[in-house]
Amino acid sequence: MSGIERIAAPAMKAGTSGMAGGAVDWNDGDKTARFKALALPYLDEVYTLARYLLRNANDADDAVQDCYLRAFRHFDTFRGGPIKPWLLAILRNACHANYAGKARLVYTADQAPEQAEPMWRETPDTPEQTILRRHSTDTMQRLIGELPAEFKEVIVLREINDLSYREIATVIEAPIGTVMSRLARGRKLLREAWIACEGEGEEK
Amino acid sequence: MNCEEAEVLLHALIDGELDAGHACEVEAHIAGCPNCAARLREFTEMRQAMNPAALRYAAPASLRSRIEDKLPAPQAAQTRRSVMKGFAVGATASALAASGVLVMVMRKDDERRVLGDVVSAHLRSLQAQHLTDVMSSDQHTVKPWFNGRLDVAPPVVDLTALGFTLLGGRLDYVDAKPVAAIVYRRRVHVINLFCAPAPGAATRRAVMESLQGFNVRRWTENGLNLWAVSDLGAEELSEFGDKFEAALRS
Repeated sequence: MSGIERIAAPAMKAGTSGMAGGAVDWNDGDKTARFKALALPYLDEVYTLARYLLRNANDADDAVQDCYLRAFRHFDTFRGGPIKPWLLAILRNACHANYAGKARLVYTADQAPEQAEPMWRETPDTPEQTILRRHSTDTMQRLIGELPAEFKEVIVLREINDLSYREIATVIEAPIGTVMSRLARGRKLLREAWIACEGEGEEK
Repeated sequence: MNCEEAEVLLHALIDGELDAGHACEVEAHIAGCPNCAARLREFTEMRQAMNPAALRYAAPASLRSRIEDKLPAPQAAQTRRSVMKGFAVGATASALAASGVLVMVMRKDDERRVLGDVVSAHLRSLQAQHLTDVMSSDQHTVKPWFNGRLDVAPPVVDLTALGFTLLGGRLDYVDAKPVAAIVYRRRVHVINLFCAPAPGAATRRAVMESLQGFNVRRWTENGLNLWAVSDLGAEELSEFGDKFEAALRS
């Protein structure tokens, strides 16, 4: 492994690796075993973030494979601690590197329209929880998937990948304050979408 | 705190990301603001309605094997020995688990959380200009001040002659319980010594830990849990603890 590659893996630039590149030929068996034992248990978590970010099973497959090969190549730079945020950061970069140009990964860059209408329009005695629970998991997955990417990723990292704010900040390379405001905004958007979706359901 | 701040911070409250001080502030605001209270309720409900396990996607088996195929194969020669080693370690681990290591680990988590609390309380005392409730370098003034405020008499000793000036005492909260904070100073460094009753706790020797750049010397003695927190170096904080313990015994 060359010294040049000893940079923080999450900061990798696009193009350091081809998508789903050919077989890798480092013959370091111990490293492989260590990497597999540490990183493979998080395959579902990494795949989940990829599915939400890219919203396409084939693209997610490719991005996850790319992520694991990159992670292995930079495994020497992994400085211990929880490996999950490290992997998710690489996945996120892999998604950006390969799909940033595609319309699917849309970042609205904090230009989301301000919502003037208050979101607590229900009367307090409406058992809202029952409304929310009626939504199927599929609807929820779709609604999360439809959020603008910068809100979607913090929602998925927090609610599904169960990362702490600090870990999320590492993954998205932003200060904790940004994590907090995006999470607040993301949950608000998600809830509005949820309520709206329920409204549609009743009209039909 | 205004609604705009609370709107963001209530999420951190839901996520358990706030330290005790900030959590109190947010809760105080919410208690007096029906709108923010409603939002907190709504988001808590939405959170409960979401099922993280169901929202996950399972990676296809073909993806796993594709990745494994592309990684270089482990060397076969080592495999067998490491498997045997694995068995030995596994057996040891099970034996340890049976003998209460799991309990230890859980207690460690607990201790870690309390340690965070203690450091937060220390930081709060420095930021909020609220270092002492009773300001006195006289141990006979500081000690009685805690009477009626705590169900324990914290040990207060004057270490001025030994290089640690007693500044006073303060009531603080750690792990959601009232504790005594006895405040000392060494040059420009403040030492908060937190004492919490731990009835029946076995005496534990001091351990030095560090969190967020602060050193914490923690020990248990005479049914009290004690934490000395400071930005002092570990050596000087150890010295403080040793002198404090020695003074108590004399």
